[in-house]
Amino acid sequence: MATSSYAWRHNKTLYTSLALGVFAVANAFYAFVILKRARQRDVDRAERHARMERQMNANSHSASQTEAVPRPEVPSHAPFLLIGGGTAAFAAARSIRARDPGARVLIVSEDPELPYMRPPLSKELWFSEDADVTETLRFKQWNGKERSVYFQPPSFYISPRDLLFVENGGVAVLSGRKVIHMDVRDNTVKLDNGLQISYDKCLIATGGSPRNIPVIERGGQEVEKRLTLFRKIEDFRSLEKISREVKSVTIIGGGFLGSELACALGRRAQSRGLEVIQMFPENGNMGRVLPEYLSNWTTNKVRQEGVNVMPNAVVKSVSVVGNRLLIQLKDGRKVETDHIVAAVGLEPNVDLAKSAGLEVDSDFGGFRVNAELQARSNIWVAGDAACFYDIKLGRRRVEHHDHAVVSGRLAGENMTGAAKPYWHQSMFWSDLGPDVGYEAIGLVDSSLPTVGVFAKGTAKDTPKSATEESGTGIRSESETEMEASELKVSAASLSTLQAPQQGEDYGKGVIFYLRDKVVVGIVLWNIFNRMPIARKIIKDGEEHADLNEVAKLFNIHEE
Amino acid sequence: MPGGERRSGKDRIIFVTKEDHETPSSAELVADDPNDPYEDHGLILPNGDINWNCPCLGGMASGPCGEQFKSAFSCFHYSKEEIKGSDCVDQFRAMQECMQKYPDLYPQEDDDEDEDEEDNQSKDLETSPSIGKEKDGSS
Repeated sequence: MATSSYAWRHNKTLYTSLALGVFAVANAFYAFVILKRARQRDVDRAERHARMERQMNANSHSASQTEAVPRPEVPSHAPFLLIGGGTAAFAAARSIRARDPGARVLIVSEDPELPYMRPPLSKELWFSEDADVTETLRFKQWNGKERSVYFQPPSFYISPRDLLFVENGGVAVLSGRKVIHMDVRDNTVKLDNGLQISYDKCLIATGGSPRNIPVIERGGQEVEKRLTLFRKIEDFRSLEKISREVKSVTIIGGGFLGSELACALGRRAQSRGLEVIQMFPENGNMGRVLPEYLSNWTTNKVRQEGVNVMPNAVVKSVSVVGNRLLIQLKDGRKVETDHIVAAVGLEPNVDLAKSAGLEVDSDFGGFRVNAELQARSNIWVAGDAACFYDIKLGRRRVEHHDHAVVSGRLAGENMTGAAKPYWHQSMFWSDLGPDVGYEAIGLVDSSLPTVGVFAKGTAKDTPKSATEESGTGIRSESETEMEASELKVSAASLSTLQAPQQGEDYGKGVIFYLRDKVVVGIVLWNIFNRMPIARKIIKDGEEHADLNEVAKLFNIHEE
Repeated sequence: MPGGERRSGKDRIIFVTKEDHETPSSAELVADDPNDPYEDHGLILPNGDINWNCPCLGGMASGPCGEQFKSAFSCFHYSKEEIKGSDCVDQFRAMQECMQKYPDLYPQEDDDEDEDEEDNQSKDLETSPSIGKEKDGSS
């Protein structure tokens, strides 16, 4: 993989050393390590012993229980009930357990999988060199170490059956089950198998479902068979397989997911001769987030990843012709392809609003909650499904991994009595090929006025800039491919790009998003480890006379 | 005047050289309230309490051995013995015993991998460039 600037690599090094430092200062390692050494030689025996002990415990527990009171598969009561098994729910479970000794947390999740993180599904997993990556679901992290997409292995969790009985409590996951009804007055929910569970505190972290577009739905079953709506582990597995079997994949959508998947698949385009098309109505990739000039520049970079990017493309119809898909655009262009990935956003899962009598926000969607993420007395909402009040930036709903972590964590704190408002701004990040890596915070909406401050490009900064700006390599490649597959794509779509003016290259910099002259959002473009400064500026919410002076705080010329 | 400036509709674009940005920034930031109750303060709160929800603990406090960890760690933190923590051996032993039951959560690392301490526990939510890292910087 190229020298892509994964922000977090740098951040994490800092973080880890800090974390270890804190530990070391507290000097707890001292006793820890000594004790560890003492029984180093007994490790094997201890492990065997522990395993046996756990088994015995489990057996004896259930045995003694079946004699007295049968222990039901699903507890009828959960002190902490988390609806949804994604990142927000897991973060909340962590937070609840950290603050409430012995807390008993039940996660009810539709997904058959234990809680896992989604970003690697459209990022690192695609760049794994392991042929079995769809099975292992392991990827290389910032520090070069491998890890799994699962937050924790199965042994971290206790069985729902044991939730109310084990000493010191724990986190149990009831997977493959859906909460279909919520009675707020009685503090109970009903599952899709008819079972009822009462709760003391409840978190709704139902996330969202990927949207489809009506023109694809109208294409019928044959089109649907060749369609991926990407969200889960199973979607990664299936798309990975498809991408090895078909000749052409078309991604509809120019946002984070669409652009990341396009770049990931584009890599295969180069190595395996897969044709990758990305189409969206905006002028450039990330067009709703990045200012137009930067969005166009990014599109150029995505093309260099082997993607045939078609901006200004509005799909009119999709049909099956022969054994292929035919996509017709409003402007008359036609594209033939084998498979479609629709990455056109998320619909928050708010089915429970009706039975629970909870308010759904009419502008942003999602359950409306206050600044403490609370919907009702014992009910909080976090993650994609929460439309919350941000004291600094106003009402929002955010669909990003870090927001799931931050809001899940906050909800967990408030479910254990913290009474804290949304205060710590979440961030997000994306990488599109080796030249584009960015982190952002706050409201980054391309409809806002922006001020971008970029390091003036030097030959050293952009060794490849000359060839890149001409774009000839990739352009001829795309045209060849189009010919080969008899695509009727007008070459004009490629010329909509505005190249930066001579000598200007958006290699790295900082972009401020303004509302009423106040900075409400910041994108850190190919510069890393600056998020604390960005967060501080958003938090201050002050009007700055000269944003170029503010930009100086970011040391954009430094590594 | 910086190296170059232009407009693209509502968007301003400024190109600056290293020299342009060498002078100190005149931008003023609001002084932080050291006792901001909503801000994360790292492992030790301003009142001296332990912040068990600190991401820096990497989930140690919330995992299956969280109780044992908390008891050992707070014993150590509040220990007034001459050799700090020397009165906490029982608690640390209990923690170790618990951890041995979860070899895949608390790997029994070899000597040359000491840095991997509590890796599995600490890595989960922290994988992304997300939570916590800069909180520790400000703590």
